[in-house]
Amino acid sequence: MSAKKNSLSDLFGKIVRQQIFIPIAALFILLLFNLIFDPGFFVITLGENSAGDPVLSGNLITVINMGSELAILAIGMTFVTAASGGQDISVGAAIAIAGSVLLRVLCGDNTRPAAGELQTSFLVAFIVSCIVAMAFGAFNGVLVSIFKIQPMVATLILYTAGRSIAAWINNNELPIISDPEFGYFGGFIPGIPVPTPVFIAIACMIVAALVLKFTNLGLYTQAVGINENSSRLNGLNPVFIKWLTFVILGLCVAVAALIKVSRLSSINYSVIAKDIEMDAILAVALGGNALSGGKFNLWASIIGAYVIQLLTTTLFKYEVPSDALPAYKAVVVILLVVFSAPTVREKLAHLKKSPAAKKGVA
Amino acid sequence: MSEGALLELRGIYKSFPGVKALQNVDFNLRKGEIHALMGENGAGKSTLIKVLTGVYTKDEGDITLDGQSVNIRSPQDAQHMGISTVYQEITLCPNLSVAENIYIGRSDNVIQNWKEMFSGAEKMLKALDIPAEATAQLASCSIAVQQMVAIARAVDMDCKVLILDEPTSSLDDQEVQKLFKLMRDLKERGVGIIFVTHFLDQVYEVCDKITVLRDGKLVGEYPIKELPRVELVSKMLGKELDDMSEIKTHDVVKDDDDSVPVIYEAEGLSSTEGIKPFDFHIKKGEVNGFVGLLGSGRSECVRAIFGADRVLSGTVKKNGKIVKIQKPIDAMKNGIAYLPEDRKVDGIIGELSVKDNIILALQVMKGFFKPLSKSEAEAFAAEYIDMLKIKTASADTPIKSLSGGNQQKCIVARWLLTHPEYLILDEPTRGIDVGTKVDIQKLVLKLAEEGMSITFISSETDEMLRTCSRLIVMRDRKVVGELKGEDLTQSKIMSTIAGGEVQS
Repeated sequence: MSAKKNSLSDLFGKIVRQQIFIPIAALFILLLFNLIFDPGFFVITLGENSAGDPVLSGNLITVINMGSELAILAIGMTFVTAASGGQDISVGAAIAIAGSVLLRVLCGDNTRPAAGELQTSFLVAFIVSCIVAMAFGAFNGVLVSIFKIQPMVATLILYTAGRSIAAWINNNELPIISDPEFGYFGGFIPGIPVPTPVFIAIACMIVAALVLKFTNLGLYTQAVGINENSSRLNGLNPVFIKWLTFVILGLCVAVAALIKVSRLSSINYSVIAKDIEMDAILAVALGGNALSGGKFNLWASIIGAYVIQLLTTTLFKYEVPSDALPAYKAVVVILLVVFSAPTVREKLAHLKKSPAAKKGVA
Repeated sequence: MSEGALLELRGIYKSFPGVKALQNVDFNLRKGEIHALMGENGAGKSTLIKVLTGVYTKDEGDITLDGQSVNIRSPQDAQHMGISTVYQEITLCPNLSVAENIYIGRSDNVIQNWKEMFSGAEKMLKALDIPAEATAQLASCSIAVQQMVAIARAVDMDCKVLILDEPTSSLDDQEVQKLFKLMRDLKERGVGIIFVTHFLDQVYEVCDKITVLRDGKLVGEYPIKELPRVELVSKMLGKELDDMSEIKTHDVVKDDDDSVPVIYEAEGLSSTEGIKPFDFHIKKGEVNGFVGLLGSGRSECVRAIFGADRVLSGTVKKNGKIVKIQKPIDAMKNGIAYLPEDRKVDGIIGELSVKDNIILALQVMKGFFKPLSKSEAEAFAAEYIDMLKIKTASADTPIKSLSGGNQQKCIVARWLLTHPEYLILDEPTRGIDVGTKVDIQKLVLKLAEEGMSITFISSETDEMLRTCSRLIVMRDRKVVGELKGEDLTQSKIMSTIAGGEVQS
């Protein structure tokens, strides 16, 4: 009996020490909170939208829908963090640029194209915006990897300049695309009741999983993040690997931008994806990843992203005014970060362990 | 309590999950005694010291200091009681002045009297005969002086017990002598010194007593005169040791034997690290080495061979063909492997698992798009953990939680896994326990017998003499001689390093 209890408490300790435990626990606590105070939170209804297509709606759908961009960005941010030991704070501005490029390529000089008047296909526009976003990522990457500027300082440049560059790309006009098909990426594809961003996010996760499985990106970024000298002496090129992570983040930015712009079928340079960089960094931190680089757990970051979205949605649900939202969020974030701190977790693991162990002996 | 006893530890127990680190350990230190604490890595030396300095709390046992039973709960406690520690890594602030480092964090006053501080520091440096200016920035002093400043700081805090944890591993001989002089001065003043080191020579030079630990248990306490070296080593290992003499029985590949092909050849090689262009070659199955004082350029030479520093000039031939080696990956692709001198800075990837550390080099050679499968990686790791007898809880344990010797074995495993033709080992035995040292030397000779060419560098000349059949002597970043055959003696090496008349 005592042996069994011991192994149980050991198991508990093991689980608590797992990196992915904190974001999952946070997710469950938030869900539990909603379950207790308003089980209606979990209601999902199948309705019809204005075009008469079936759509799912409900708070949980909102979470996985609105959390898509953040989850996608968390992927890139995790790699950047792992390899460079720093964060990219320009992703919000970069989304504005990528979105602006997307619209510019689609609309050309005509800022109000009617359906069918688009200059080119969505695919071409998306590819161009990917290239531009990756180029800006590469720019950040060069500053960080070759010139050894601290990532936050290096990306501060684009953070400051990005939104005006985005406005400049479209001559400060705000193009609106009336073609309903453009709205599919951020909304619903007729006949499919699940929001499209969810599929895009899942696709990104699958790609990330495949990349981690079939390449050495994970091993290389971690090795470089932990010990650059050793990595170099083992034949790696730390400069290139750090640079590469910024380019990958650029790609994630382009995908997120597509969703963001499609949601509105337009763009607002100063507001689009505002402060999303901080949420993306937070997602990485909530996932228990060291912001100083090195070992990472991508899935923990992604869950972290959904935790943030769940928190936002929950707060909205309880009619917290959007101005006050950050303050509430901050309180929860402080709690989460404190609990995910290694010292606290170590204590927690012991705390639960020792009484159980004592009981077992008695 | 016996006369003159300063510190007594009785029946100390300490365990960690799954490990009994200390079991019923006793330790005695008298006033004015230099006491060596010896044992292999993992024998419990570090744990004992950490118990003594309050980093860990003991599970059981009594500590008596100056006749009073004490309970040390934190490093601050230990410091207040007069137990000071100087670690292998300097734990001072390099960007502050020497004086600031001595006084930092010790005054409760808000206002610091700088004049007094500097003059106080100046006085102390003089009293302890430390060659440093109180106003100099610490980083501008040599490592040895920094170490001495750390000791000065400890001494000034009225320390009764001074613990020196591997203070000499990054010092050269002269610096070690200076440190020893300081230790003897302190001994005269009645300070009890606990000295932890892997260098047997140093133990016999400066210590009065030796306490040996093995597997967390006390083996015994011996006056230095009653314990010859061989016995000390066998006590540390727990077996009679003929191993050392067994080494060096293999058929030495003669450098002049023309039937043996040259594996690697360099002409006029130089790098950004300021070594004079040098020529070098190694034959199949040969073990050679670079000797010279610390800073003579021996590491820089092998780093140039591996492309670890930027190569400035020279032609390199591998198996007779001219190849370009500019970066480590070039060398690796040419079958050259390099175990770097500084394990922590250049070798291990601390947070990664033993497994990932072992497969890293092979993985990099295979390429970005060809990761080893999980089962392959696990099989490789298991094979080498078994072959090199790496002590680790599992292949997934982070390498940084292993002892130094086992970390080093992992790095050796990493390179063996790439099946190199030419293996460079730069100080593979530094800071690791005697048992592993012997293992590594044996391994070198075994690999050479199997046809691998090896360059071996060690600060301990007897290790070099035991393993190498040809030695390249370095002085002031220049190759000054080459010794082989009957010239391979300690005195010949010394005279070549010092005078260097022998030109080859």
